[in-house]
Amino acid sequence: MALLGLILFNIINGIAVLVLISIGLAVIYGMMRIINLAHGEFLMLGAYATVLSTNAGVNLWVSILIVSPIVVGLFGLLVERCIIRFLYGRLIDTMLATWGLSLFMIGGITTLFGTTVEGVSAPLGAFNIGPYHASLYSVFSIAVAAAMLGGVWSVLRFTKFGLIVRATMQNPPMAAALGVAPNRIYMLTFALGAALTGLAGGVLAPVAGVAPGMGAAYIAKAFITVIGGGAAIVTGSGLASALFGTIDQIVTFQTTPVIGQVALLIAAIIMIRILPQGITGRFFRRSL
Amino acid sequence: MMLDVSGLCAGYGQIPILTGIDLAVSPGGFVGVLGHNGMGKTTLLKALMGYLPATAGRVRFDGTDITHLPPASRAKLGLGYVPQGRDIFSSLSVHENLRMGCLLAKTDESTTIERVLSDFPRLTRLLDRPGGALSGGEQQLLALARCLCGSPKLILLDEPTEGIQPSIVDEIIETLHKLRQTQALTMILVEQDLHFIADLADTVLIIQKGTITREVTPQQISDPALIAEFVGMGP
Repeated sequence: MALLGLILFNIINGIAVLVLISIGLAVIYGMMRIINLAHGEFLMLGAYATVLSTNAGVNLWVSILIVSPIVVGLFGLLVERCIIRFLYGRLIDTMLATWGLSLFMIGGITTLFGTTVEGVSAPLGAFNIGPYHASLYSVFSIAVAAAMLGGVWSVLRFTKFGLIVRATMQNPPMAAALGVAPNRIYMLTFALGAALTGLAGGVLAPVAGVAPGMGAAYIAKAFITVIGGGAAIVTGSGLASALFGTIDQIVTFQTTPVIGQVALLIAAIIMIRILPQGITGRFFRRSL
Repeated sequence: MMLDVSGLCAGYGQIPILTGIDLAVSPGGFVGVLGHNGMGKTTLLKALMGYLPATAGRVRFDGTDITHLPPASRAKLGLGYVPQGRDIFSSLSVHENLRMGCLLAKTDESTTIERVLSDFPRLTRLLDRPGGALSGGEQQLLALARCLCGSPKLILLDEPTEGIQPSIVDEIIETLHKLRQTQALTMILVEQDLHFIADLADTVLIIQKGTITREVTPQQISDPALIAEFVGMGP
């Protein structure tokens, strides 16, 4: 019974990690159709923001919840103004530019801080599920993941900004005829996606190996989750995370984490074959 | 003059379409622009809305030179646009489409939508539907209603009858007549439907190869011979 509880907890934690790493990309790629190959490096930057500011004496929670999203959000704003805005609608060029950006960020961080950095350890300690120990920090990251999904959904569903974003992503010229400056909305949406990614990087910092190249471990899974989710970015990413996270954790428990990852990728390939438009291309089509 | 266009040239990239448009609309006026396919009707409205850059000429709207302003700024000055094909936000509900129209409204959202819906009773029971699930005619009414939410001073209306069942065409004509009586609407209507344009417009401009070649009265365009001569299309 306790073992089942532990497995369940691990599954939920695995789902939460997928949500964390993909929700920012869901905004930038899922909504804006920008293939941001530097997404992993945005996560890395968020992790670095948390590690460096914590090491400089800032409270860890402040670093994670405030410093990381602000730093990466502002960085995203800069990237949009300097690079992305010239490339809207040019898929291949955007891929090349963001790939270059990713290499630049890895190189830049390595030059500034070296190939390793003194990390922060996960706070909060552990709690017991029967005879087993589970990390309380994982509970925190599950809570943040849930809050991010709920937050993005609420913004899109209930706020005027959310309405304008949805309309503009669908038909920028028509939105312009109703008084919206599409450039500004694109800029803000990209910055929002970057800030969410930064927050995720901050949350992951205490549990991930923080290094310049850490983004490579996440980017493929992030894209798979967003593509698997389909057009309704919040519902889609949530459901895809649930599906892939569950498969990953169950197989990991039965075998090893490596085979768990393999199972996740195979599941993704099969799912895209069956549902080319992602989960929300077929189910829950009217959700957000 | 509400709108004053002189020598306007515009086109797509290197391809010129409009080759010197002169046109003036006074407040409360209803100008119809009649022309064959490919004569530049839609291009004219797109250039007026700011989607296509003017390569020459000037556009003054309500006392402001708007020749080089982007679409959003023109919308803020009071230019409303109902595009060909309607451009309804298909995944947004009818109500959300109307809320988008309210971004430039002077009154608060619910008051504005209630006011506009009173002129479009057909939309009232469709409010929760996704815009994309509406018929072409319903979408046309929605596009017009969405535009009216912002209380524009001048509305650019591009081929509202295209691909729409006749019953709704009549409903649109009726609605526009009613709106003109109750509020000071100024409008430029681009059309191929002679009946529609004759029914609504005060003056009709004939556009040929990117210039306005002639101004006629709505009565004149019921004369088939004249129309065949100037537009190259029979009734």
